[in-house]
Amino acid sequence: MTTAVDPVVAADPTAPVVTSRRGRPWLAVLPPLLVGVAGLLLWEAVVKIGRVAPFVLPAPSAIGEQLWLSRDVVWRTGLASGENALIGLLAGAAVGLLAAMVAARFAFLGEVSIPVAAALNALPIIALAPILNNMFDSTSSVPRRLVVGIVVFFPVFVNALRGLREVDPIHRDLMASYAAGGWTFTRLVRLPAALPFVFTGLRQASSLAVIAAVVAEYFGGLQNGLGSRITSAAANTAYPRAWAFVVGACVLGLVFYLAALLLERLVMPWRRV
Amino acid sequence: MTAVLLQGVSKVFNAGRADEVTALTSVDLTVERGEFVTLIGPSGCGKSTLLRLVGDLTQPSAGTVTVAGKPAATARADQEYGIAFQQAGLFDWRTVQRNVELPLELRGTSKRERRDRAREMLDLVGLGDFAGHYPAQLSGGMQQRVAIARALAVHPPLLLMDEPFGALDEMTRERLQDELLRICASTGTSTIFVTHSIPEAVYLSDRVVVMSARPGRITEVVPIDLGPRTEATRQSPGFFTGITKVRRALRGEAVPAGATS
Repeated sequence: MTTAVDPVVAADPTAPVVTSRRGRPWLAVLPPLLVGVAGLLLWEAVVKIGRVAPFVLPAPSAIGEQLWLSRDVVWRTGLASGENALIGLLAGAAVGLLAAMVAARFAFLGEVSIPVAAALNALPIIALAPILNNMFDSTSSVPRRLVVGIVVFFPVFVNALRGLREVDPIHRDLMASYAAGGWTFTRLVRLPAALPFVFTGLRQASSLAVIAAVVAEYFGGLQNGLGSRITSAAANTAYPRAWAFVVGACVLGLVFYLAALLLERLVMPWRRV
Repeated sequence: MTAVLLQGVSKVFNAGRADEVTALTSVDLTVERGEFVTLIGPSGCGKSTLLRLVGDLTQPSAGTVTVAGKPAATARADQEYGIAFQQAGLFDWRTVQRNVELPLELRGTSKRERRDRAREMLDLVGLGDFAGHYPAQLSGGMQQRVAIARALAVHPPLLLMDEPFGALDEMTRERLQDELLRICASTGTSTIFVTHSIPEAVYLSDRVVVMSARPGRITEVVPIDLGPRTEATRQSPGFFTGITKVRRALRGEAVPAGATS
């Protein structure tokens, strides 16, 4: 008996590659950064040389200036929109996950729930925002959080359900041989095996949550978010300022996406290897 | 004392439907304690089904399956056997160590004993240094060895193996065959082993059970007597005689079942 491992066996080509990109992260960041800067320069040149009217397309420098001047407002409204997006995202994801677990548990519900969820998804939920606004106080944040929650529900539900249903038949046999079923099986096999699917759903949902939170503000209600500032700036022909808030919304969406990505890596260390 | 006893076992899939398949018909088989029995036969002869019946992963249409003196279902509930398949079937989200610990965990073994036992089993299959790795970091052969360590972790009186070395290269395969024989001999484990390979069947077994398809049944039982296996066994005349016997039985040239067993 030897603990030394045959290097030929250990160097299995099907084993994942561990370190190819980790060594020099700047190599992965540099190309998109260069493309981004070049794009901004080109944009600036087109606007300046082509004398494009600011209501068509403001120059990035003008947008940047407005972003700096209104940084306090962008920050504050970003926080307000972000809070709505976060609460809606957490609630929608929790409900989506629970619904997926119930649907996976009862085969009949699984069959029925997919078309219902698809119909719900096909509903132009943004169009519901004005109706929801009327159902609550004009100063209430609930309607926009509801919009976020409903938008988020679908990707989380569908992905989680698929993950929960796909159990490796060998794992099923193994757990049967250990005389383990019911909740033990769900806890030890079904849930961890579904995690990659759940996080695929969450990643999609994280960006959708910000979009939904910002767009829901276009239809009145509280004027404390990025969306309401975009509409009011555009209505006042302050186009560079409107764009500054758009940049804020973009950054917010990115923050949500990266947070979901980070959470995924923290929760599933075995996917990093 | 018999480890496994099958009496008049038949298995029909999709009974009463157009796609009805008789996987096994009137199978009688006895495996003594500590014995190594291999099932061999063409695809579709029901050897995997037979193994699954012993493990109570599927139920017979007729006949009785007795494992360790109890009905198969009771034996499964009591975790009387360890099982390994052609695919390792490790849990990606558990480290190698925690994979091996899982069956112990489900038996309510204490944390300390679990850890010690898993270590011991991993050392046995030569993977003691990889306890903290995730399965995705291991090669296919190493994963298979973890699966075998996991099957052995509870010190099961019976080991069921469904082509566990099928996906491995020849060198790894021979090394694992030797490891398996050593482990079974040192722990007194009874083993039922399914394979497609005639040399593997002859090398490992005390008895080779030859099966044929449509309907799946046992056609002959070939006893193998090679003594303790050594480096020389694979080149010994007895080894080649055994291979010839099994090959003939597979072709249906030999005397019918019953005459030899």
